[in-house]
Amino acid sequence: MTLLEIENLSKRFFELPALDRVSLQVQPGELLGIIGPNGSGKTTLFNCISGVLRCDDGSVRFKGEDITNHSADSVFSRGIARTFQLIQVFPEMTVLENMLMAAQERDGTLLGRLLRREPDEVKQRARGLLEYLGIDFLRGNLASNLSYGQQKLLDFGMALMSRPEVILLDEPLAGVNPTMIRSLVSHIEDLNSRGHTFVVIEHNMEIMMSLCRRIIVLSQGQQIAEGTPQEVAENPLVLDAYFGRH
Amino acid sequence: MTAARASIQRFLPLIVLCALLILPLGLEQYKLFVGSLVLVYLIAAIGLNLTLGYAGQISLAHAAFLAFGAYSVAILRPYGVPFELCLLIGTAISFCFGLLIGFPALRVKHHYLAMVTIGFTVIVFLALRNFEPLTGGSFGISGIARPNWGFVSFATDRAYYVYTLLWAVPVLASAYWIKNSRWGRAFKSIRENEMRAETLGVSLRSYKLMAFAIGAAYAGIAGALFAPLLGYIDPPAFYIERSIQFLLIVVIGGLGRFEGPIIGTIVVVVLPELLRASQSLYLVIFSVCIMLMMLFMPKGLIGLWDLATRKFVSPAADAKADPAA
Repeated sequence: MTLLEIENLSKRFFELPALDRVSLQVQPGELLGIIGPNGSGKTTLFNCISGVLRCDDGSVRFKGEDITNHSADSVFSRGIARTFQLIQVFPEMTVLENMLMAAQERDGTLLGRLLRREPDEVKQRARGLLEYLGIDFLRGNLASNLSYGQQKLLDFGMALMSRPEVILLDEPLAGVNPTMIRSLVSHIEDLNSRGHTFVVIEHNMEIMMSLCRRIIVLSQGQQIAEGTPQEVAENPLVLDAYFGRH
Repeated sequence: MTAARASIQRFLPLIVLCALLILPLGLEQYKLFVGSLVLVYLIAAIGLNLTLGYAGQISLAHAAFLAFGAYSVAILRPYGVPFELCLLIGTAISFCFGLLIGFPALRVKHHYLAMVTIGFTVIVFLALRNFEPLTGGSFGISGIARPNWGFVSFATDRAYYVYTLLWAVPVLASAYWIKNSRWGRAFKSIRENEMRAETLGVSLRSYKLMAFAIGAAYAGIAGALFAPLLGYIDPPAFYIERSIQFLLIVVIGGLGRFEGPIIGTIVVVVLPELLRASQSLYLVIFSVCIMLMMLFMPKGLIGLWDLATRKFVSPAADAKADPAA
């Protein structure tokens, strides 16, 4: 069964078409890459899927359920988590609090979250994930005190914290040093091999070509190519979009 | 924050509470009145701290919520309704109007939200002034009786101080619980990064409405205690100036800090009393003090406490502390 199904998704910002009838499918356990030049609509696509933006037309279905234009919290509660191109953590909360925040809304009822204490297993899971990402030693620090790369790892950890079924990673490697890039890539590969489903937006072509088994290319809001990394790399439309070659 | 500092800060409310309990034993009548006023304002400020300090939702409608509590007591008490029931009714009305005023917060933010809440305060003020048969209009309502439990009367300032304290303690405790609960964390997440909070499943609608409603409910309790303390209420007592006074309390104390309203209330209520000796100049001196505090302590007076604990807690204790504690 297809996990995530996007059909003819369109979004306009005033007269500017940011997404123009984009369709794609994500299968369980897949690691799908989305590439395209700046302004091609990649982040807008993530924003429309995750409920941050309302799309103008088309549909988003998750495990067969129509979640088009659902609120962001509703999308998250169904099992779609995401990270952001520009890091979005809670700066005045500790690293551990950021992690716990990422999990708390999927546990119990609203009233239960007021009256009952957080289960210990959630804290243990947060600690375990922080250890896995190599930043457990920072758990008591405010997120604002972390380096850019550490914040990227935290953002990634927060996305994993709620045990989502699909994780949307928006430029997870941007602005990160080579050592941390290797670390992040190995984490993504490791988690994908354990069955986690990823959709990754990234500009680092070398890594995308080795990381993803299928890649979709967007240009000016339109889907111009889809296929294996090899097929995409040889597609003249893709070369044209990137290098302006005819 | 280190464990040593955290433990010091954990005990601060307890220390303040003990001081408040012991204080009335040696005080004269007027000072007890001021003490009760501190407690009433503290309850209201705790509510505003929850709405603004934790959840980041600006509200200048706190005076209106205070009015619901005060007028519930003033209107219902003459019909023989027990004080506690009046208080609960006033709190419930404030809670409901808090929910109502929370809805605009789902659409507008910052100064626009401030304008909405000011508008609400003005409407409530006009309603209080114009529904004369019920509210007494501009003349207000006088002779508001203080509570009594059978033979136990809280009519004296000393007894009423203790009675107010009996309400302040559970309010403080409940605010402390909320702050440390997952709701407290959700409120903070909305304040810090609303979009990120929503993409992590935080229902902005539920939490923003609750932040307003609970904050308003606390103001309702404070209002109910305020009316018998003064014995007389009229609409100007619940106008925008009062809301600004509550805002001043939470900002001066330390926005979004549990201890903030405690410190802020003491300063805003007690400092003018101490400055009365300077007669007509006291408001000028008070204003200058506030301006200086804001200039040099942008995180509020609690920032001084943080500085002191950082200075006096030894580095060794800092090193040993478990950062996740």
